[in-house]
Amino acid sequence: MASVPVEYGLILAGILFILGLLGVLVRRNIIFILLSIEVMLNSAGLAFIAAGYRWGQPDGQIMFFFILAMAATEVAVGLALALQFYNKTRTLDTDAASRMRG
Amino acid sequence: MIMFKLLWLIPALPFAGFIILALTGSRLTRTRTAVIGAGSAGLSMVITILTGIRFIGSPPPGNAYVQVLWTWMSVGGFRPEIAFRLDALSLAMITVVTAVGFLIHLYSSEFMAGDEGYSRFFAYMNLFVGSMLTLVLADNLLLLYLGWEGVGLCSYLLIGFWYKDTYNGYAARKAFVVTRIGDTAMGIGLFLLFTVLGTLQIQELMQRALQQWGSGNVMAGAAAALLLGGALGKSAQLPLQTWLPDAMAGPTPVSALIHAATMVTAGVYLIARTHVLFSLAPLVQAAVAVIGAVTLLIAGFSALTQSDIKRVLAYSTISQIGYMFLALGVGAWSAAIFHFMTHAFFKALLFLGAGVVILGLHNEHNMFKMGGLRKQLPLTFWTFLIGAASLSALPLVTAGYYSKDLILYSAWASEAGSPLLWAAGLAGALLTALYTFRMVFLVFFGEEKTRVERKPGMQIKIPLIILAVLSIIGGFVETPASLGGLHIFTKFMYTALPPVVNLPLPATGEFILEIEAALAPPIGIFIAYLFFLYRPRYTGRLASTPSGSALHRFWFSGWGFDWIYDRIIVRPFLWFARIDKNDFLDLPYLGTIWAGKGVNRLLVHTQTGKVRWYAVGIVIGAILALSAMVFL
Repeated sequence: MASVPVEYGLILAGILFILGLLGVLVRRNIIFILLSIEVMLNSAGLAFIAAGYRWGQPDGQIMFFFILAMAATEVAVGLALALQFYNKTRTLDTDAASRMRG
Repeated sequence: MIMFKLLWLIPALPFAGFIILALTGSRLTRTRTAVIGAGSAGLSMVITILTGIRFIGSPPPGNAYVQVLWTWMSVGGFRPEIAFRLDALSLAMITVVTAVGFLIHLYSSEFMAGDEGYSRFFAYMNLFVGSMLTLVLADNLLLLYLGWEGVGLCSYLLIGFWYKDTYNGYAARKAFVVTRIGDTAMGIGLFLLFTVLGTLQIQELMQRALQQWGSGNVMAGAAAALLLGGALGKSAQLPLQTWLPDAMAGPTPVSALIHAATMVTAGVYLIARTHVLFSLAPLVQAAVAVIGAVTLLIAGFSALTQSDIKRVLAYSTISQIGYMFLALGVGAWSAAIFHFMTHAFFKALLFLGAGVVILGLHNEHNMFKMGGLRKQLPLTFWTFLIGAASLSALPLVTAGYYSKDLILYSAWASEAGSPLLWAAGLAGALLTALYTFRMVFLVFFGEEKTRVERKPGMQIKIPLIILAVLSIIGGFVETPASLGGLHIFTKFMYTALPPVVNLPLPATGEFILEIEAALAPPIGIFIAYLFFLYRPRYTGRLASTPSGSALHRFWFSGWGFDWIYDRIIVRPFLWFARIDKNDFLDLPYLGTIWAGKGVNRLLVHTQTGKVRWYAVGIVIGAILALSAMVFL
């Protein structure tokens, strides 16, 4: 079985991370921001798995499970926040929630 | 020996009472509070008396017993111990402190009954008794200093006990600050002693001082003068006497215990305890005598013009401590301690009697609004009369006579004495009788002006009676040669203090001195009778002449000391403080404030409230951190 070089995995993870990051920075819709965070989390997970594969260690996969669990809780809390946010402001635009500005 | 082993309990019991009362606050019932407060002092008294009997019955080797509890600290060569020393001097002190202390606690349990700060009062009082016992039992000067500051703190707390009145707080602060001047001098004295002699353990210190310093040594003089400074502050002697009359703002039992019987005599004790230093510095010792003589006269004249009954007693206390200093100054150490003992009895009695009058007349302090109280308060009148007679040193029957006579005799006959000191003492004795019986006549004789609302109960009467008995029989342990020549007290004191060195005096000379000392009080009482009972109108006319009223005002204000201190010290200090408020030292701190405010004004713009901008901030931070890690 031909093995995929570890650099490929890392590069893919990096691309995904930057995509997610740009999404967080650019999008104003709170749902899309959550989505982008999810992409960033998964890219980090991918990097872990690639690295674990490279060193022949199970640690990378274990870390991925942690990330998975964290992402699940993040979604739960984040969606609840989004719902509350929408109920309060009748919009999903995060810039509307700027009452705490200096 | 078993009795001596309990020595530590004597100060520990009042401290325990303080801790219990302080921790439970006002949750205990008043009866329980009184039982704990007075009980701890009473138990301490019982142990003291038992120990005293044991001590006199079979004295320990060297006439002193030292109980080392533990080493306080060990820093380099400095190892002060928590150790108590029992000898004739400290035994006399703790007996008076615990006995008078217990009686005043008992009195307070009724006197303070209506007060909301009942448990606070007893907590402070117990703390005071414990600190005072630590002071007199301490085996080294550091522990003594701890007790010294402890009693100062309690004095402050109790003068300002009714703190809701701002005047009381002012009086408390004044007492604290003025005594602090003396305490600072004493602290410097301790540093000096330790640096030069290398120890603070009193006996060791005295021995080294004797070995290293000759008579008239400058170092000994400096150390003695600094310790004297502490004593002057605590004992309210010239020039630090101004706090004591104002200290009367506290409750009357406090004045009786702290500002008459015990704490204010701590200075006398300190000088007696370190008498070796003072013997090595004849100049300082002479100063002690002169200060005592001047103080007793000045305070006597001031007492003569006061209208507040407690202020009369306060000036009288200053004056009587002046006698003790006079005795110390001429080397009659044991005479000073003897007068301390009798003074504690009769002055506490007088204060407690005054307390009954004040309480009975709804907090009336002005003697001119009292009068004719002898029928309404018969027991208080008789005990007060005994106390007044003892204070005036009425010959033969009172304790005050024997102690004062001994001091006057020593002032003349001692090596360090002089006829001038004796004359000042004699004039003071006349003055004492005069102002004391002025007070008695104004309060208890003449026409009745008010009705007594509140009659004293048993808890007040018992201490009065016991103290009255002590004010009479307390002096019979020491009589002059012509009256049997008993020397029980001084003989006992000589086990701890050196005897007074008297110049040879013919027996007739001694007799003449005694006659004169015995005549002064009756003459004073007679003058008081003439001026304040028989023809009070003359007195009023005399006081209303221009010079008379000027003199009256001058004496009334305590010889203008407060005025002088206000002009010389307080006002310049306040002026300097006002000017100093805006000095350049503040600039760095003000600059910090301005810089902080400016940066805040800038940074506030970054707080847009938009989540995305914060995310950008995080990203930039992360990139910077990462590049720092990679490239540096």
